[in-house]
Amino acid sequence: MIETHQLTLRAGARLLVERLNWRAAAGECWCVIGPNGAGKSTLLRTLAGLRAPDGGSVSLAGKPLAQWPLPALARERAWLAQSRGDAFAYRVIETVLMARHPYHADRYWEGSDDHAAAEAALRTLDVLHLAQRDVRTLSGGERQRVAIAALLAQDTPLLLLDEPANALDLAHQVAMTDLLARLCRDEGRAVVSVGHDLNQAWSGATHALLLHGDGQWRAGPVREVMRAELLGACLGHPISVIEHGGRTIFLPAAPAALNELPFRRAQ
Amino acid sequence: MSSIAATSPVRRRATLALLGACALLALAGAGLAGSVAVPLADLPRAFASLLAGSPDGMAATLLDLRLGRASSAFVTGASLALAGVMMQALVRNPLADPYVLGVSAGAAVGALAALLFGAALWLVDGGALLGAVAVSLLLYLLARRDLGGGRGGAPGGESSVLLLTGVVLASACMALVTLMLSVAPESRLRGMVFWMIGDLAGTSWRLLPWLVLAGALLLARRQARALNVMALHADAAVTLGVNVAALRRFLFVCSGLLTACAVTTGGSIGFVGLVVPHACRHAFGPDHRILLPGAALAGGAFLVLADTLARTVLAPQQLPVGVLTSLIGVPVFLFQLHQLHLRPR
Repeated sequence: MIETHQLTLRAGARLLVERLNWRAAAGECWCVIGPNGAGKSTLLRTLAGLRAPDGGSVSLAGKPLAQWPLPALARERAWLAQSRGDAFAYRVIETVLMARHPYHADRYWEGSDDHAAAEAALRTLDVLHLAQRDVRTLSGGERQRVAIAALLAQDTPLLLLDEPANALDLAHQVAMTDLLARLCRDEGRAVVSVGHDLNQAWSGATHALLLHGDGQWRAGPVREVMRAELLGACLGHPISVIEHGGRTIFLPAAPAALNELPFRRAQ
Repeated sequence: MSSIAATSPVRRRATLALLGACALLALAGAGLAGSVAVPLADLPRAFASLLAGSPDGMAATLLDLRLGRASSAFVTGASLALAGVMMQALVRNPLADPYVLGVSAGAAVGALAALLFGAALWLVDGGALLGAVAVSLLLYLLARRDLGGGRGGAPGGESSVLLLTGVVLASACMALVTLMLSVAPESRLRGMVFWMIGDLAGTSWRLLPWLVLAGALLLARRQARALNVMALHADAAVTLGVNVAALRRFLFVCSGLLTACAVTTGGSIGFVGLVVPHACRHAFGPDHRILLPGAALAGGAFLVLADTLARTVLAPQQLPVGVLTSLIGVPVFLFQLHQLHLRPR
């Protein structure tokens, strides 16, 4: 579905990702893991076509991103921003209906099919009761769920989500992980999401991409990549993997000495 | 239709019809009101002679004068309100307005410079356009960083940077206007002061502003849905298939053109582009598909009403309409500025 070839990403002079050769196929749920500033969001923005690669190329369905017409591209991939700023008093339902924009360049008003899609998306994210609310009055978690509902209403085979679990409470985090896994498994979509919770990544994702932030990366099925030593090297802190009641749990190891912690080291 | 439908088609049409009726009513009121009243009974005959092209008789002459002025007021108000809506969507800030951000002042500088050098009349229009577009371009370059949105920064901070930039640009332009006024020959001074205040006295029928307004409204309506997406998502509108760069260029040129036309007709009349879209958003919501035509109609009606008030309230003394709109606009602006900061996030 989406494929990178020798993709290099930089932020200023800093090298983030070097020569990334990677592909996500339909039905795969990818989780991007890495420390702060490792280029996770930059990678996602590049995959979405919001930003040009600093080297190499990204292609969707075999065609380089730059060659896609914008509306056609918008029917293929959806992107969830890390955060939002709302300047106007749009209602929740209006923001979700706007995600139907790529489907009717020639229509002035939405049709009943758009309303059906929007309603289904709002119901999936458990925010249908908020449909008539001003988005600026929502709480952070509610706004996040509405934004994800809009993404579903866009109805694309590829979903790119930058920290979808942001501001969600525990129950909704679990529901969100389950939702993304279902989208891949049952509907054959491809999902690439950035997240910091290793346990959610393990339970939802089929594949993981580790970004070290210095150009190094590692990609593969979760069982091969989400191993204690690899995660520890990537995140800069030892990780313990514990088997408990048939479940795998990731825990940050207790620091052997307090001065190993980043805040301590900096002092 | 589902229970969560945004706005019913009937309501949309009713809204626009109501606004159209208000606009017609305001125009009729402007024709009748004044120091000499036109009796209702004389109206049909006066209208007939007006349409025949030869206004004869007291009533017809009065009607001709007043309707000419009212039509200028309407097209100016509609252009300013439309430009306001466009600029607000462009910078994603409900406080943007051609007057507050100095675009009107830029147009005044351009027009005055053309006048000062004794340019032909069409060059004055060109100068106004150049000034308006130059200021909005400068504003865009200076505030570009804040346009992206979605970065999660405090919206209050963004507004302040943008507004301060605009206010400073406006005062720079006003300084230039004052400079040109002070070196201008005494005899032409009185006519030039009009650029600073905004006055519709002595205007008459002109075709050009109507053409610009109609063209801008038609083009903007085609972009109305893309405007919604951009107002909500800023740069991320690209991922929904909106060509954000092209849309921004269109909005800059279009709002600059509208402002320039308004300024060459009536001087820099303040706050219409702020008050009218604010009221319209409050009444009909922020959907640009209704907001664009709605604000144009309401802006026209508002300025016709304001101008009629300005020439009747202290009759026979005539106030410049810019004074009146500023008196209304400043409290609305302050109220909105504080709303922006008070909003819970």
